[in-house]
Amino acid sequence: MESKPTGNLSIDGIHVDMEHLKKGEVNLGTSIMAALFDGGVILGADSRTTTGAYIANRITDKLTQVHDTIWCCRSGSAADTQAIADIVHYYLQLYNVQNHEPPTTEVAASIFQELCYSNKDQLSAGLIIAGYDARHKGEVYSIPLGGSLHKQRYAIGGSGSTYIYGYCDANWKENMTEGECIEFVKGALAEAVKWDGSSGGVIRMVVLTERGAERKIFFPDEDYKGNGQ
Amino acid sequence: MNHFPEAWGRPRNDVYGVYDASHLQSSMPNQHTQSPIVTGTSVVALKFNGGVVIAADNLASYGSLARFTDIERLKQVGTHTIVGAGGDISDMQYLHEKLLDPLIIKEEYQNDGHHLRASHIYRYLSKVLYHRRSKFNPLWNTLLVAGWDDGKPFLASADLLGTTFSAPALSTGYGAQLAVPLLRRICPDEAAVENITREQAVAAVEECMKVLFYRDARSLSKYSLAIITREDVESAEGETKERVNIEWKKDIELQNQSWKFAEGIRGYGAQVV
Repeated sequence: MESKPTGNLSIDGIHVDMEHLKKGEVNLGTSIMAALFDGGVILGADSRTTTGAYIANRITDKLTQVHDTIWCCRSGSAADTQAIADIVHYYLQLYNVQNHEPPTTEVAASIFQELCYSNKDQLSAGLIIAGYDARHKGEVYSIPLGGSLHKQRYAIGGSGSTYIYGYCDANWKENMTEGECIEFVKGALAEAVKWDGSSGGVIRMVVLTERGAERKIFFPDEDYKGNGQ
Repeated sequence: MNHFPEAWGRPRNDVYGVYDASHLQSSMPNQHTQSPIVTGTSVVALKFNGGVVIAADNLASYGSLARFTDIERLKQVGTHTIVGAGGDISDMQYLHEKLLDPLIIKEEYQNDGHHLRASHIYRYLSKVLYHRRSKFNPLWNTLLVAGWDDGKPFLASADLLGTTFSAPALSTGYGAQLAVPLLRRICPDEAAVENITREQAVAAVEECMKVLFYRDARSLSKYSLAIITREDVESAEGETKERVNIEWKKDIELQNQSWKFAEGIRGYGAQVV
């Protein structure tokens, strides 16, 4: 008698279905990215949360703060990424109190990685962490599904990112100005949203510099032009 | 010359070893029922006093990829009818190019003054769809047939299972859950049709297209709309005859979308910034 494969293991007993959502689970089918520029880092995300082809939330905020100038972009399971972000937020508050200084982006990324790697079988989370501190300036870390950590100059993630690998590779430059970087992120996400059915809505951005964190928003019915509020 | 068909088109047995022909005998039965690949989403339609309005967006999706954004899913069939198709696009094209277009041509060629009307097209499609499902090889579509028939507006639905029904307000795909309740507020039953004006009907359908764009992840903001009405025409001899008029609106972009409120939404729980 054959035993049924358990969990998300497929019939060959080797390959795992990484996209598997639990019953009723909501997916952040998504386009997210973060990019360094001269003076800081920008996080960007769309605002669509789907359950299958139904848009459960069309104005989601996928850019989540875990410390004053350390934020993350969330993709994958909405529940899993919210839980992880909440736990990291707690640990960073504790770090602040115990060490009398704010945590670096590297510390935050490391805590994210510990959670994602140790619980890799249970989790469906693709995260991009971006932060600014005075010592290291802007930094971007990518944590894909398996829980590995990758420090990068810019990172893209989510289902919509597949459509903009070419765009980003062609348009990325070192040491962009803040304005150029905003146009880079906005252009990339607009393209991702255009092709990916699981991405859409408004484009949210957070700009992290020595000034702190500044939010921007761009609307689909204005073709994502506009000053970002 | 080699007389033996088994040897044609393949390497020689004495050079490459005996050919493994086991794949020619299938252990499984012949399977036809497919999965839809390139797909269209909802079609929305509503009857009003004097006609029908029908709308569908211009998107053909490849799974979640918004692959083709210039597709027309509303097609005129003959003089009296519009067929709106959701579901597999290749089956939609087959339906139109290989079934309906030749059908119209054959009927018109008779030149007997008789033209196929909405109810005829509908009946024909219903039977084809049911027949295909009974062979386990469906045309993977849900169709709305809208038109003018027998002095009244005509609107009915037929799908890949051969299920058919008619109502003053209809929609396929996600529209069935999202648009139909909105349309039924305007038009709860057949009796209400005569109190709905053309402007009200078009506004209701356009509002539904907006809601579908908000909530259907496989929709597009660009769509086509067709309004079928009847008008009286003065012929050359001075007689009044009824003629069916089909008005098209193409490349419509959704208006008055509500997104500005998103600026005030921050985080998902405790976050303030």
